[in-house]
Amino acid sequence: MTAQDVIQVILYFALLIGLTPVLGNYMSQVFNGERHFMLPIFGWLERLIYKFIGVNPYEEMNWKSFARGLLLFNLIGFVFLFIIQLTQGYLPMNPGHLPNVLWHSAFNTSVSFVTNTNWQGYAGETTLSYFVQMVGLTVQNFVSAATGIAVLLAIIRGFSRKTTDQLGNFWTDLTRSTLYVLLPLSIVFAIVLVSQGVVQNFKTYETVQTLQGAQQIIPMGPAASQIAIKQIGTNGGGFFNANSAHPFENPTPLSNFLEMLFILLIPAALTYTYGKMVGSTRHGWTIFSVMMILLVTGLSISLYAEYSTNPVFGNLPLMEGKETRFGITNSVLWSTFTSAASNGSVNTMLDSLSPLAGMVAMINLMLGEIIFGGVGAGMYGMVIFIILTVFIAGLMVGRTPEYLGKKIEAFEVQMAIIAILAPSFVILLFTAWASVSSAGLSGLNNSGAHGFSEILYAYSSAAGNNGSAFAGLNANTVFYNITLGLGMLIGRFGVILPVLAIAGNIAKKKITPPSAGTFRTDNWLFIGLLIAVILIVGGLTFFPALSLGPIIEHLIMTN
Amino acid sequence: MTTKQNTSLFNKKILIQAAKESVTKLNPSLLIKNPVIFIVAIGSFLTSIVVIEGIYEGSYSSFNLQIAVWLWFTVLFANFSEAIAEGRGKAQAESLRNNRTQTKARKIEGKKEVSTFATELKKGDIVVCESGDIIPSDGEVIEGIASVDESAITGESAPVIRESGGDRSAVTGGTKVISDRILIRITSEQGNTFIDRMIALVEGAKRQKTPNEIALSILLSGLSIIFLLAVATLPAFFAYSLSASGLPMSQNLTIPVLIALLVCLIPTTIGGLLSAIGISGMDRLLQRNVIATSGRAIEAAGDVDVLLLDKTGTITLGNRMATDFIPAEGVIAAELANIAQLSSLSDETPEGRSIVILAKEKFNIRGREVHRLNATFIPFTAQSRMSGVDFKSEDGRSHQIRKGSSEAIRTFVQNNNGFFPQKVQDTVSELARLGATPLVVAEDNRVLGVIHLKDIVKGGIKQRFAELRKMGIKTVMITGDNSLTAAAIAAEAGVDDFMAEATPEDKLHRIRKEQANGHLVGMIGDGTNDAPALAQADIGIAMNSGTQAAREAGNMVDLDSNPTKLIEVVEVGKQLLMTRGALTTFSIANDVAKYFAIIPAIAISLYSGKTGIGPLSALNVMNLGSPQSAILSAVIFNAIIIILLVPLALRGVRYRPVSANAALTRNLLIFGLGGLIAPFIGIKLIDIIINLTI
Repeated sequence: MTAQDVIQVILYFALLIGLTPVLGNYMSQVFNGERHFMLPIFGWLERLIYKFIGVNPYEEMNWKSFARGLLLFNLIGFVFLFIIQLTQGYLPMNPGHLPNVLWHSAFNTSVSFVTNTNWQGYAGETTLSYFVQMVGLTVQNFVSAATGIAVLLAIIRGFSRKTTDQLGNFWTDLTRSTLYVLLPLSIVFAIVLVSQGVVQNFKTYETVQTLQGAQQIIPMGPAASQIAIKQIGTNGGGFFNANSAHPFENPTPLSNFLEMLFILLIPAALTYTYGKMVGSTRHGWTIFSVMMILLVTGLSISLYAEYSTNPVFGNLPLMEGKETRFGITNSVLWSTFTSAASNGSVNTMLDSLSPLAGMVAMINLMLGEIIFGGVGAGMYGMVIFIILTVFIAGLMVGRTPEYLGKKIEAFEVQMAIIAILAPSFVILLFTAWASVSSAGLSGLNNSGAHGFSEILYAYSSAAGNNGSAFAGLNANTVFYNITLGLGMLIGRFGVILPVLAIAGNIAKKKITPPSAGTFRTDNWLFIGLLIAVILIVGGLTFFPALSLGPIIEHLIMTN
Repeated sequence: MTTKQNTSLFNKKILIQAAKESVTKLNPSLLIKNPVIFIVAIGSFLTSIVVIEGIYEGSYSSFNLQIAVWLWFTVLFANFSEAIAEGRGKAQAESLRNNRTQTKARKIEGKKEVSTFATELKKGDIVVCESGDIIPSDGEVIEGIASVDESAITGESAPVIRESGGDRSAVTGGTKVISDRILIRITSEQGNTFIDRMIALVEGAKRQKTPNEIALSILLSGLSIIFLLAVATLPAFFAYSLSASGLPMSQNLTIPVLIALLVCLIPTTIGGLLSAIGISGMDRLLQRNVIATSGRAIEAAGDVDVLLLDKTGTITLGNRMATDFIPAEGVIAAELANIAQLSSLSDETPEGRSIVILAKEKFNIRGREVHRLNATFIPFTAQSRMSGVDFKSEDGRSHQIRKGSSEAIRTFVQNNNGFFPQKVQDTVSELARLGATPLVVAEDNRVLGVIHLKDIVKGGIKQRFAELRKMGIKTVMITGDNSLTAAAIAAEAGVDDFMAEATPEDKLHRIRKEQANGHLVGMIGDGTNDAPALAQADIGIAMNSGTQAAREAGNMVDLDSNPTKLIEVVEVGKQLLMTRGALTTFSIANDVAKYFAIIPAIAISLYSGKTGIGPLSALNVMNLGSPQSAILSAVIFNAIIIILLVPLALRGVRYRPVSANAALTRNLLIFGLGGLIAPFIGIKLIDIIINLTI
């Protein structure tokens, strides 16, 4: 690594840490319904929306009606997205005259964007019209992220309130997070991106003559607006197929730096919001530290693996598949951050990463996207691991385990287990199915352990609602579109529903005031414990699979 | 205590009985109560079928047989741990029950007395007991007074008084009347007395899982499902890898190997020991002569963070004691002590005796025969509010010595034409402010000084409270004293808070208030008027000497009627939860080493090319002898660790009164880190032994 790389990494983390309390504090004001500076700007719109959808924003919901609202909203989003893809040929804003999308691809894409996964089995510029991209995908980029925040807010209220079953109002949370958090940030960021050269227009694709004299089609479109939210909302669905490696999506080192910052910004800031809203910012920083330590550890391993000598090819670090404009460091930073943050965007081909760096990315997905993770989703996923940790370790102090004064009992444990099982179920069973069925194997471009890694990565990405691909796997087939689609649904709602159930149950409990006999959940010991539980539970579940993929590949390479 | 006799860990009789029961517990309808062990049993069964099938088809595999045998042992060991805990619990309970199985009862029917078996008594029946009779069942004295020998249940040989009305009316079945005659109304039928309920709690079949045990079982089942998933998908991953390595599908994983891996990964250690831990928690309580009416109560005891403690008997010794003689002006201390001792020689109250003792200790004033001094003792009355002696001195003059409250003595000396010095009045006020009781001593018309009577705080109690504070438990002292006195004693004993002039309603109110603030409250009480508070408290311990109402209201009964028992009960509860947590952590941490043993063993041939030793053998960090010995070692380790941990499960992890953080750090180091390292060593050792014997 050069000095410049090191400075960039330091600057990055300094900015991330510095912005966390600022944005986190602002978000807690927004979600608590306090006064804040965006209220005069968008307040009228918020009230208009409530009037339009006929919702009383002050009406509280219990967990079941909260979940019902959420499912209904996501179902409507899915059906709408599915229909406009199947009929895009008849719809406006289709200058490329792209045909209607195939049903299984449309199913996969609809699920993918509704679940905040943004797995793309298709190539954006040759498959989807501007109408579908803007009215369909970009809208889902906002609201799927807002859905994640709403779920997080429900569980926060579960912990901070006592002896009630009221968890807030889903529609209010959805509206506020979209209007006051996602939208303003995206507008500002889109303008910055345009200044860096990201395209934002409705032109038809241009055909140019290259220097060699060949004909090349240059795709156009309203890219900047979608790219802003794709990073801010940890979505990752690129406007173009090459995603953030495409110069129209990510033109300059500055745009690259800022996009990386925005990928982790909201998930990081939500830890502060969490702390603030449960009444102890120390708890928020505890979780931030856990995420940060896991992130930096993974990053270090990846950097080490990428900068070490590749024994097969000789001395130099390999540039194959890397983001050549920005270098290896920025390729590795990007792959680590996106895999950690449930952001499916790529600026480098993960398939070309060294086995260890690829494994780090894979582990980030398998742990359940909790290292910062998706917007809202990372934080509520972490709460699941906290519940497990508190339950196992909390017993060792000789009391019924409790977190934030709430007793963790059979129901919470049961739901936490379901939330951990759901994605694991997807990853292991679907990978097993794909690795022995001809439908699964036919999509492979590589054989051997690497091919296995490609399949494993795909389902991990779906289950973790990440959306990035190892590539090298042709997933736009009926088999993969359907199984990955199901995987995304199970990975999303198989976690959201147990989390909401926990929120509902935990809100009913009393709050035990802390004493010297209370197991502390805001110190270094707890940070270490939580990390250990995450790694051991995740590691034990996936060690056999990993050992037959990246581990064996690494051993073959170094022998 | 009589119940301590059977507590040695490995009583031969219990061991043999437990060994037998570990086989009878193989009954599937019993096994299914423990999901983790049930999975192991199914695995053992399937492996056995594979072995038998192999013999039948002529492809006998000694490896498979060994796996099957050790899997069965895993189940048996788990059963054994439960059986031995039950055996110990039962042995303890039996010793309580023994002496009343064949008791005859003298039942009153109308005016007649009918002899009947104790087992046939119904609730509400009235029986009569005279000296020498064994009380047939739990009941309440409705007429008469008697001394009762309760040594059968408490181990305490001194008889206790039981009388109708008041707070000492409850009697326990199995105890013996040694004097007088009482009529008893039976309050519980045989089979439903406290002891019967306790026995039911330690007997596996009737035992209900407690809330925390249920939650832990769910976690263990959940982990089992995750590992089932990880193991079940492995053949597919292997099929892919085998075809990629150009190996035949016949090399795929066999059922015994898959089951061995599964059994090693699922939390069998804690799964196998879980019920033993729960039962031995009851058992430890019983060893302390406390009977719990539910397992839930013991768990809740660990959570208690506010303790309401009666001052008298718990914090202070029962009575006030003289601690100092403060003479009036012009009087030397020895003279005051001399007169005070004289006034108290015939005073049989504890206060009076303590004055005699103090005089002897401080001024070496010996006891004298009161009647040789021609003295008459004047006892304390509510009217005079003083006591003392009248005697004639050698010169024939009669003297009056009195001790009593300052008001009474003031009247006394003024009647004798004396005066009450201001200095003495100041001393009296000062002592009262400190929470002590001042007794003024006067002879005729002269005030000699003040005796400092003090509530004596029990030795070591302050340290006990400091320990409780470290554990995060708040102590509240309850007393009928005025708040000045209460505050002084509270400060001396080091309790966190006190309630002065407390009525039963105040107690109840206080408990509700603490609970509303999220606290769990424990209290101990004896009187009928304590019953509502005992029922309201999360842990209510009724003293065995108390009323039947109190015993029904609480969820534990202390046979020794010792108020400090509450603290021990809390410790037992905490120890129970800690043991569960520690062994769960140990069990999960063990899996890391097992993976490192089994994964390289089963994947050795993958991508191996011609050498037959594939790249994953690099994970064989323990350098185990062969793939088969590696798998076998892991399975054997997994089985015998259960047996090795049985003593720990029965005894509970060492409990120390330290803060939550300190306890956690300690247990994490021992059971977390230890659990990570121990199996690496254990599996390696077993592997060495296996390879030596082959």
